[in-house]
Amino acid sequence: MRWIHRLLRRGQMEQQLDKELRFHIDQYTQDLIAQGIDPVEARRRARIELGGLEQSKEACRDARGTRWFEDFIQDVRYTLRTLWQNRGFAAVALVTLALGTGATTVMFSVVDGVLLKPFAYRDPGRLLRLWEQTDYSTIQGNTWSFTYPNYLDCKREMRGLDMLAWTFKRGTVTEPEPAQHQTGVEVPADFFPVLGVPVARGRDFVQQDDRKDATPVAIITHEYWQRHFGGNPAAIGARLVFDGTAYVVIGITPPHFRVEGFEQPIFTPIGLDPAPWLQSRGRHGLHVWARLRPGATLTQAQAELAVIGRRLAQQFPDTNKGRTFMAAPLRPEVDQRSTLWLLQGAVGLVLLIACANIASLLLARAVSRERELATRAALGAGRGRLARQCLTESCVLALTGGLLGTGLAAAGIRPFLAWWPGELLRSDEVRLDVRTLLFALGISLASGILFGLAPAMGSGARSLGRALHSGSRSVGSASRKLQGVFVAAEVAIAIVLLVSAGMLGRTVLRLAALDPGLDIRNVLTARTALSPATLADPARTRAAWNEILDGLRSVPGVEAAATIDTVPMRDGTNQIGYRTQAEPMPDNREPYVLANCVSPDYLKVMRIPLRAGRFITEQDRKGSQSVVVIDEAMARQAFPGENPIGRRVWIGIGPDPAIVVGVVGHVRQWGAGDDDSDQVRAQLYYPFAQVPDQLVRRWSDLMSVAVRASVDPLTLVESLRREVRGAMGDQVLYEVNTMQQLAAAALARQRFLLLLFGIFAGLALLLATIGIYGVLAYLTNRRVPEIGVRIALGATSTDVMSMVLRQSLAMVSIGVALGLGGAIAAVRLLERLVEGARPTPPSTFVTMIAILVAAAFCASFLPAGRASRIDPLLALRQD
Amino acid sequence: MRSDLPQGTLDLLILKTVAFGPVHGYAIAQRLQQISRDVVQVPQGSLYPALHRLENRGLLAGDWKETETGREAKFYRLTRKGRAQLEAEAASWQRLAQAVALILKMPEGGAE
Repeated sequence: MRWIHRLLRRGQMEQQLDKELRFHIDQYTQDLIAQGIDPVEARRRARIELGGLEQSKEACRDARGTRWFEDFIQDVRYTLRTLWQNRGFAAVALVTLALGTGATTVMFSVVDGVLLKPFAYRDPGRLLRLWEQTDYSTIQGNTWSFTYPNYLDCKREMRGLDMLAWTFKRGTVTEPEPAQHQTGVEVPADFFPVLGVPVARGRDFVQQDDRKDATPVAIITHEYWQRHFGGNPAAIGARLVFDGTAYVVIGITPPHFRVEGFEQPIFTPIGLDPAPWLQSRGRHGLHVWARLRPGATLTQAQAELAVIGRRLAQQFPDTNKGRTFMAAPLRPEVDQRSTLWLLQGAVGLVLLIACANIASLLLARAVSRERELATRAALGAGRGRLARQCLTESCVLALTGGLLGTGLAAAGIRPFLAWWPGELLRSDEVRLDVRTLLFALGISLASGILFGLAPAMGSGARSLGRALHSGSRSVGSASRKLQGVFVAAEVAIAIVLLVSAGMLGRTVLRLAALDPGLDIRNVLTARTALSPATLADPARTRAAWNEILDGLRSVPGVEAAATIDTVPMRDGTNQIGYRTQAEPMPDNREPYVLANCVSPDYLKVMRIPLRAGRFITEQDRKGSQSVVVIDEAMARQAFPGENPIGRRVWIGIGPDPAIVVGVVGHVRQWGAGDDDSDQVRAQLYYPFAQVPDQLVRRWSDLMSVAVRASVDPLTLVESLRREVRGAMGDQVLYEVNTMQQLAAAALARQRFLLLLFGIFAGLALLLATIGIYGVLAYLTNRRVPEIGVRIALGATSTDVMSMVLRQSLAMVSIGVALGLGGAIAAVRLLERLVEGARPTPPSTFVTMIAILVAAAFCASFLPAGRASRIDPLLALRQD
Repeated sequence: MRSDLPQGTLDLLILKTVAFGPVHGYAIAQRLQQISRDVVQVPQGSLYPALHRLENRGLLAGDWKETETGREAKFYRLTRKGRAQLEAEAASWQRLAQAVALILKMPEGGAE
């Protein structure tokens, strides 16, 4: 800390140093005079023996060891002074930098919060994700979620791991009122301790809660407690009726407790659930995580799991043959990964352009300061010292810009997230924290060094004598080349972004124009939860669905209503294997089809065109001949060149084959972007009425309603809710969407990418144009005397203009050539990552490059015009 | 014949000189000249940087006092750390000198 002290007392130190050295000289002079030497000569000799007063001072300052810092302070002050003198330049540079670093920081904090940061559990580095893996593959691959019995066996036998499992539990909460659909998770008793997150209020689960005959208890999240119990402490001990079971609330989690990034408001013991699927070793659906016990390693755990897997495979060959258990560190699994990285890349390119822009501005300034720098070099400043000063300048600029950018990022991060299409996992964990700030500091410094490097190197490289002699009449060819490189780089990057945006624009236009295969106007869909009381008995369940449909039809404005399990363009499909002859096929050779379970009015609601035969009717019911209706894609796939009507199809729902009674148009089930490329496109419709009794309950859980209205269906939502409510008041609609909303959501990612790439490309175009203009204006300005001579010697204004334009053309065409290569690579990448993208036609490249060249031409025209109007007399007198 | 000072010995000599009591820079220069009987050349230009370096390392401390002629001068004195350093360096120097003397087989050699 002593050196800081010294720095603060720098003025005093300097004074004392001067006094000390002067004392020495005076004493020595006196001694020399006393020896009889002439006073003038004595003083001269005293100075010489000391080696020069100023040189000695410098050596003493060096000896103090704070030299670098003193120089730095000096440079910073000098920089601030020069920037203040060039306020216009400073403002442009700072705004450019603030935008660049701000945007980059926002993107990074999203990427960091969503993808990179570990989950907010205690010591997340020791948490693992476990899964089952088979040595054969189905259409879903060879990885499986756990079955409950497999989990219990592993948990009992594993010595290196503390294991936990969770699975979703969906249902209607009927108390506290009003009835509402809710998702929760079922967890083992040690769920919270293994994650290392103790409950904030009340008590945690104990082993006795986690069995079939226990009193039902539940833990709720802090947020659910606030929303539904108003944060009242009496919530502990309150009744919570969830999916027909009355639980007692025993605990409340701390705020922001998330399961894999999502709030799951209700936790119930998994051992309490009597569901048969949980007892089966063949029914998968459990997420299994684990914490490494102290001293255990991942490799040990994997080896242990493999041993258990082999043993279970021998013991239960029916379900576990070829099946083992795997483990890997628990990391966020985000399906928007590629979107995030694409945007981060695009933002990085914008920042690069900003850097190139500022670099060329700085270089221009450094060139005009050439004589100043040369003078300082002549006075003894080392080249390293001058380069350091240039770097200090650019770093001061960059850090100030970065600071402003961080401010922008802090203000912009929430609006940006609010704007994100759909649900972004863990987006509430996105914030400006130390990591983000370090990142902002890092990129600011990196960009400062990046754009300060060229002027700094130039400052050392120039020949002293030449610089002092040359005056301002010429522009060194090296610096002109460097300027050209910056302009070319800006143009190249701008082209990459412009072509990418153009390609995305084309994709969105094409996809939006595609026929979804149904009439999306005035259709409302919603998931529906039946009253738990009706679910026990299949006949009552079927009756409840009919009552709901009748109720919906009774609402004025409703034209038709139907049930459907997998609504087109919404998440969730049911892919099943089928065959067209009785002989079974090997498991993985069966073709797959998207199966939709519907009621007869579905065709009317969606207005899907009927191509042949008939659709499902009220006559297709339990006990009558099983029927299916297929779409054109399945007709082509299963019965090529034949009439499918009357053919038989085995789909594994019920023992008997179903008869194909009709063919309908293809619906883009996966949404406009994905449908063409998905491997399972064929579709099939079968009547809900013919679903076997034992499946009715499970099918009911997944069922939605779809309503065609003659008016805007969103105006009907409240009446529809009322009609559905039922006698007990415990039937609810949730996830209410119009088909138009679903269709838009299916394209949201593409639109969002287009919007952002469009903004980035626009920014890049603007920056590149400014860059070209700035460089040309500067170069032309420097060549005024030369141009004056040319005009005096007979050059016409057209000659002069074409000379300047040629210069710009040279820089731009190199940029275009480079950018073309980058753009082709970028477009290839986008084609792979963006659903629904087609190979990009050359016209996209041509259009976008034309836009850029036109902008560049406009930017060059101004300086060129000014050059052509130069008055040779004035020009020659200059400098 | 006057020879250049071996590397690193200037610090040792300064410490030893200051060990006799508070003294200012000019007097150090004078005393160094006298003690070394003009055998070694101490360039005055390197004296002050060395003083400042030693002060910076905490081996010397400086105080402003009046000289006998009534002018203010900076007097250097040895700190506790400086004294320890002097003893350690002097000892090691002596060991080195003895070793060199032994090798040269000149028991009365001039490293005093």
